[in-house]
Amino acid sequence: MSTQALKFVPASEFKERAALAVADEHLRRSFRGAMDFLIGKRAAQFPDLAAFERQRALAEHIRKYSLARLPDLLELLERRLTENGVQVHWAENGEQANRIIIDIARSHSTRLMVKGKSMVSEEIELNHAMAEAGMEALESDMGEYIVQLDGEKPSHIIMPAIHKTKQEISRLFAEKVPGAGYTESVDELIGIGRAVLREKFMIAEIGLSGVNFAVAETGTLCLVENEGNGRMCTTVPAVHIAVTGIEKVVEKLEHVPPLFGLLTRSATGQAITTYFNMISGPRKPGEKDGPREMHLVLVDNGRTQAYSDEQMRATLQCIRCGACMNHCPVYTRIGGHAYGTTYPGPIGEIISPHMMGLAATHVLPTASSLCGACGEVCPVRIPIPDLLIRLRGEAQHDARPGHAPLLGQGAAKSGLVDAIWSGWAALYTRPALYRAFGWLATRFRVLTPPLQSGWTVSRTPLKPAKRTLHEQMAARKT
Amino acid sequence: MSARDHILQRLRAAPQGQPPLPPDVPGFYAALGAALPASTRAERIDLFCDRMAFWHGEVVRVSRESWPNELRRLCAAKGVRSLLHGEQYSEVLTAAGIAGLKPYDRPIEEWKSELFENTDASLTSTRGGIAETGTLIVWPDASEPRLMSLVPPIHFALLDADQLYDNLFAAMSAQSWSGNLPSNALLVSGPSKTADIQVTLAYGAHGPKELVVLLLVDERD
Repeated sequence: MSTQALKFVPASEFKERAALAVADEHLRRSFRGAMDFLIGKRAAQFPDLAAFERQRALAEHIRKYSLARLPDLLELLERRLTENGVQVHWAENGEQANRIIIDIARSHSTRLMVKGKSMVSEEIELNHAMAEAGMEALESDMGEYIVQLDGEKPSHIIMPAIHKTKQEISRLFAEKVPGAGYTESVDELIGIGRAVLREKFMIAEIGLSGVNFAVAETGTLCLVENEGNGRMCTTVPAVHIAVTGIEKVVEKLEHVPPLFGLLTRSATGQAITTYFNMISGPRKPGEKDGPREMHLVLVDNGRTQAYSDEQMRATLQCIRCGACMNHCPVYTRIGGHAYGTTYPGPIGEIISPHMMGLAATHVLPTASSLCGACGEVCPVRIPIPDLLIRLRGEAQHDARPGHAPLLGQGAAKSGLVDAIWSGWAALYTRPALYRAFGWLATRFRVLTPPLQSGWTVSRTPLKPAKRTLHEQMAARKT
Repeated sequence: MSARDHILQRLRAAPQGQPPLPPDVPGFYAALGAALPASTRAERIDLFCDRMAFWHGEVVRVSRESWPNELRRLCAAKGVRSLLHGEQYSEVLTAAGIAGLKPYDRPIEEWKSELFENTDASLTSTRGGIAETGTLIVWPDASEPRLMSLVPPIHFALLDADQLYDNLFAAMSAQSWSGNLPSNALLVSGPSKTADIQVTLAYGAHGPKELVVLLLVDERD
């Protein structure tokens, strides 16, 4: 059984949770199996590497172009959506976004909100805010429904319940779903979820969804899904609220096919998903279904901080496929919950510091071997390893001249580390001092301590050689 | 200042560097197309059928005259007792003698539970299909509302083989989508599915459990 606390826990306790997760054989088997499966499925979609490189070069270009024009595109999107009858709201942080959504819900005397998959709604902790406001927010994506039923958070952005086995879900349904018997048939389990949730789609006052791409020129919100719950949430209830990060906008409809094609292939190895839902407005006069009222909430929540730095802006190119986590040797071994953030894995390590500040998250960019797999599979070519190194640095020092400090800048600064580096610099820039140090270190090598802090946890102690390299070279020459 | 002003101000204050040129998406697809011989109608049909089968969609080749009879046969074989349809098909479906016809003629609020609990199948038209991915282009409107292709457990879709495109970009360019998108436009590739339980694929997650494409072909096909 899983030994982790399966709530969102402080990211700063990452190391303790990672150690527990690594020791949990059951969890490791679940993730290893699922990640190998997804890696294989994705690889089969890109048999021609040169063609893949051309596709991702175009996708990267589209994302960079969109970001370069972001403020203009957001204004154009707002104008088009407003013309189409959609109300557009802006939120600087999660609290503001939740307040906007709760106010809309209250104005419709909402008891139940059904939710399609939305990582931004996880990011702003909407379900919690709705519960505090006395309204129910029910997840309807099968994976999200399962983790919500068990009081958990998603452990993967595409496959939220990937950490659970069929047997665990069988027990969960038998225990928590009224009238459900125990069954280990996946078809029957899905049938149980379908029946419960169809009842809810019918009675919910509000449907909430995320957004995969927002097209500025047409005022269109695009949603990618296999199950159809996203379509239910955006069509059956009288009110539809979409919530998205400000970075999801593209200029033209023609910019969508290259990104969509890479998104589904990179995420689950599918050439396309069952549904691609393009929504350009609420029900028009004469139409017989669709929401009567539609809202879009544009959320910043730290994205403008990443945007303000030319290198870190690349973080916002992300289209949330999850390929970086599927291929990450660290994620595969510790699973999504260990990170303690909405977005786990490599993308989470580079986006969470902007959302939550480096004080809470500075340990996350160190959860990487810098093997480079995340950067190689990223369909929009985000240089994730470079950004990890950059953030490690930003956590260790004050802002460089000309740069605004990041939230939590220098949070991991340590006087001891700074002193060691100053001493190191002093030695290596003064030849006489360096030679004296070398002579002392080699002659008194027996005094080297056998326990050397973190180094000796899993390595043999460092010990200087009997003679310095200079002396050894001189001896060889004679 | 409002949240909107704050956000836009921060974005505008960010260093801009050299702005990238607009991406040449048409050029990319033109180069893809130029690398291969142009697809023939027969190839597009075959590829579409192959890919749709991969998504567990059923494709039945029908003629422009015979499809209502073919639909009657399929409804009987699948035990369909009620078939939801747009009003434009009332006449031909009645003439074919299909039982349990149900036009979508009222706003959803007036018959929601009947739609969810007591409607076995639906028939919709399509605006075309995409061969590369085995995809239907479905544009709901006043006579064929959005929920027709989602709520009933079986979805029958009429697809004209003349309207098969190589890929999504070709379809949206040829049909100039960007100027005239409806309030909801859909791409549908197979019946609803999920792999959220232990990556095991299951069909009929929230939407239709079966998708049956009635592919309108000519004698030459």
